[in-house]
Amino acid sequence: MTTKMMGAKVQRVEDDRLVRGTGRYVDDVAPDALHTAVLRSPHAHARILSIDVDAVLDVEGVHAVWTYDDLEGAMAEPLPLLIPHPTLTHGRTQYALAKDEVNYVGEAIAFVVADDRYVAEDALARIAVEYELLPAVVGIEAARDGAHLVHDDVPGNVGARMEQSNGDAAAAIAAAPRTLSLDLQIERSACMPMEGRGTVARWDPDQNRLQVWTSTQTSTGVRAAVAAKLGLDLGQVDVITPDVGGGFGVKIVHPWPEELLVPLAAQKLGRAVKFTEDRREHFISSAHERAQVHHVEVGFDDDGRVLGLDVRFWHDHGAYTPYGLIVPIITSTQLLGPYKPGAYHVQFDSLYTNTVIVTPYRGAGRPQGCFVMERTMDAIAAELGKDRADVRAINFIQPDEFPYEQGLIFQDGRELTYDSGDYPAMLDKIKELVDWDGFESFRAAKAAEGKRVGLGLACYVEGTGVGPYEGAHVHIETSGKVKVATGLTSQGQGHQTAFAQIVADELGVRFEDVEITTGDTRRMAYAVGTFASRAAVMSGSAIHLAAKRTKEKALRIAADALEADVDDLEIVDGVVSVKGTDSSIPLGTIAVLSNPLRYAFDEASKAATQFNVGDPTKPPVAEDDEPGLEGTDFYSPPRSTFASGMHAVIVETDVETAEIRILKYAVVHDCGHLINPMIVEGQIHGGVAQGIGGALYERMAYDESGQLLNASFMDFLMPYVTEVPASIEIDHLETPSPLNPLGIKGAGEAGVIPGSAAFAAAIEDAERLPITAMPISPSELFALRAAHAQESK
Amino acid sequence: MSENQHEIRLTVNGTDHDVAVPARRLLSDALRHDLGFTGTHVGCEHGVCGACTVLVDGQPMRSCLMFAVSAAGHDITTVEGLARPDGELGPVQQAFRECHGLQCGFCTPGFLTTITAGIAENPEPTEDEARDMIAGNLCRCTGYQNIVKAVCRAAELARDDRAPEGGAA
Repeated sequence: MTTKMMGAKVQRVEDDRLVRGTGRYVDDVAPDALHTAVLRSPHAHARILSIDVDAVLDVEGVHAVWTYDDLEGAMAEPLPLLIPHPTLTHGRTQYALAKDEVNYVGEAIAFVVADDRYVAEDALARIAVEYELLPAVVGIEAARDGAHLVHDDVPGNVGARMEQSNGDAAAAIAAAPRTLSLDLQIERSACMPMEGRGTVARWDPDQNRLQVWTSTQTSTGVRAAVAAKLGLDLGQVDVITPDVGGGFGVKIVHPWPEELLVPLAAQKLGRAVKFTEDRREHFISSAHERAQVHHVEVGFDDDGRVLGLDVRFWHDHGAYTPYGLIVPIITSTQLLGPYKPGAYHVQFDSLYTNTVIVTPYRGAGRPQGCFVMERTMDAIAAELGKDRADVRAINFIQPDEFPYEQGLIFQDGRELTYDSGDYPAMLDKIKELVDWDGFESFRAAKAAEGKRVGLGLACYVEGTGVGPYEGAHVHIETSGKVKVATGLTSQGQGHQTAFAQIVADELGVRFEDVEITTGDTRRMAYAVGTFASRAAVMSGSAIHLAAKRTKEKALRIAADALEADVDDLEIVDGVVSVKGTDSSIPLGTIAVLSNPLRYAFDEASKAATQFNVGDPTKPPVAEDDEPGLEGTDFYSPPRSTFASGMHAVIVETDVETAEIRILKYAVVHDCGHLINPMIVEGQIHGGVAQGIGGALYERMAYDESGQLLNASFMDFLMPYVTEVPASIEIDHLETPSPLNPLGIKGAGEAGVIPGSAAFAAAIEDAERLPITAMPISPSELFALRAAHAQESK
Repeated sequence: MSENQHEIRLTVNGTDHDVAVPARRLLSDALRHDLGFTGTHVGCEHGVCGACTVLVDGQPMRSCLMFAVSAAGHDITTVEGLARPDGELGPVQQAFRECHGLQCGFCTPGFLTTITAGIAENPEPTEDEARDMIAGNLCRCTGYQNIVKAVCRAAELARDDRAPEGGAA
């Protein structure tokens, strides 16, 4: 009997090649390729007066040097505005190579193709650019002030102002027995995958066809963009996403300037061409996220029930807006978490600054929203002298209230309607996991040792699995092996394993016989991409449906061959049999029968020739049928699924040095049914570590002139093993989603969302002083202590 | 301005390779682009992330901080050289697979080489020692939890390898 794979901790099929060093990342392909380098703006804001590339032409080994003036047609137009939300009244995007003006340090100005990267960089050093410096707008305060403009035609630096409400929040707050206001802020961080961006392209003049390998989260998106910009038919462009060394959001942005310039160079030069980003480039020319400033007004009753909530916030979206308003829209909607305020009003300004663009980083606006809501909950509890968990509980949406409508429009333009969840049960679990009720005695024991500890709790709800769709193609070969393709890409989530588990279960085949291909437009041309914790929900469901379709066909053919009723058949280990009898036929043989042949080339195909198969009085392939044992299907849900979770952390804050140590970190997580708990827990571990980075270490240190001062791993502090706790306690709750056939919700981003909120709460609890800005370093905590002591005098 | 080329011999995973490189060519680039050992990955090019770590005479070295010419005459081991002679996964590789010690796999080769040297020096690391062993390598996916487990498991597997056949006592 085939064991059920769904829910099993199956070891990953990806690992064998990855631990042997035989994975294929983008920089590993096309060893014969020419290399490229990009001249990037050293200034945050300047007009380009002239560019002189003459000196480059003498450099031996240089094949091309381009500036904006070398671009033609669509390549000379601005890069696409990928998500043109109607509210984005002043959307701006950069050019593949800067035209007249640069708006951040790192913006691409010139592009060199050479024998190797060393020579390409030598050439860059010889390009002379004359600039007229303009005042740089750095940080939300400067952007909001509007004294200087990033773009001359964008008044006040405001790219968009958006407002949503459910009920009359102002009236509810005015009428509330108690009110509070808070000012809260989060700084910039970034995805920082270990592999930066990279693109390789090869033009085949014999076929008039372009092949592009790129380290992306959307192959089909890059394909469409490259075709449009290079004036090629979609059918002339193949995009293949090889192994990707992490994404975390940044690689959903496309097309990067280099993702267009490399294919163009390959076409023009007739050579394979490669761009491999270095780490400094990743800091200054990819994307950041998180920086927001928030003002909260909240009205509540004596039990802590939120009657009205009004949030105004300012989002720093950097120099351009290729990814639209996704991040602040998510903050503004997902801020509500598991709660149901009586009335809610939110308004944000999305602001231009002369800094790197801002696009989703794992969590995508949710960490900020969670921080704002959870800080508000803690403030209410403090004001009322109530238990922080009790204040949360009284505001929870109850299990019998699903589907729950928040009365807002979500990032996908659909109603924000939660599908399922059980927040009270989850709160019970997290309290038990972290020993909430026993904490005061722990605190007292630590205090007796002269130590200061604090406990923090943060809850979130995450809209996952957004549309519009994903698809899958399942093909059973005559060997009985199952080849499956889905179009979205993988960057470490173990899709080849998790998706094979789904197929093995549905088809009744051995897990080892299933091979999954992702992100190759030759195999699946219709797809969206990997973001918003959507891969398991979207492609997982599509694969399940395609496998089901394939199974139906297999059973139909088998019923014919075995002269049995379809309902009496079962598939076990790739063999279809009539239940309770010896009568059986392998799926491989059914694949042979499904494809009537004229020509035989081996024993299996001999069995499928017209002499052996079918009724000679009927067409070999019935009118309503197709040859081959395969099935394609698509999954397109009406709206998102909503995963949820709660994190609790206990910290010790050093009485002398203000160093912050993690004593315990606990997670309760609900992503519906788990496909592979080992992979889900791995995702949570990684998310928690990024949450720790965001809460305690990571920030982009821009100076007032727009120079990023810490654009290296020496200075941008990402957690090593020494910064993460020895263990992360995890418990799962599984409330299945009613929206998809597998009841799954998605888990990719979850772990990072409540990090800053939970740490702020724990540090505040330890220190008894308000924590309103994250990340927080020991020196900042030290300074806060001093300021607080001064105020208390 | 053509560059001077230096004829050097690099010994990688026990095999000699003759290659001509400019003096400035990094060992990481020579391994990856001149010799095709693309298992060695480059994550930062300033010696902080550890993804490019290879063993030079058994010692972990950041191949992005070493010139190829300086590696001439030394024994270099890359991730491709960590499998057992029969082609099965080596102990550290197997431990990473068993413990789900990798996700995207980009930093993994640097961890594998570092740990290979680490458990050779300390065959029975405690959990704290396991954490010390990997404290110079960055991973953005795993949160390190399962990598620490993999260090301990790798040490166990390597000890089993050294134990005499059937030596249960």
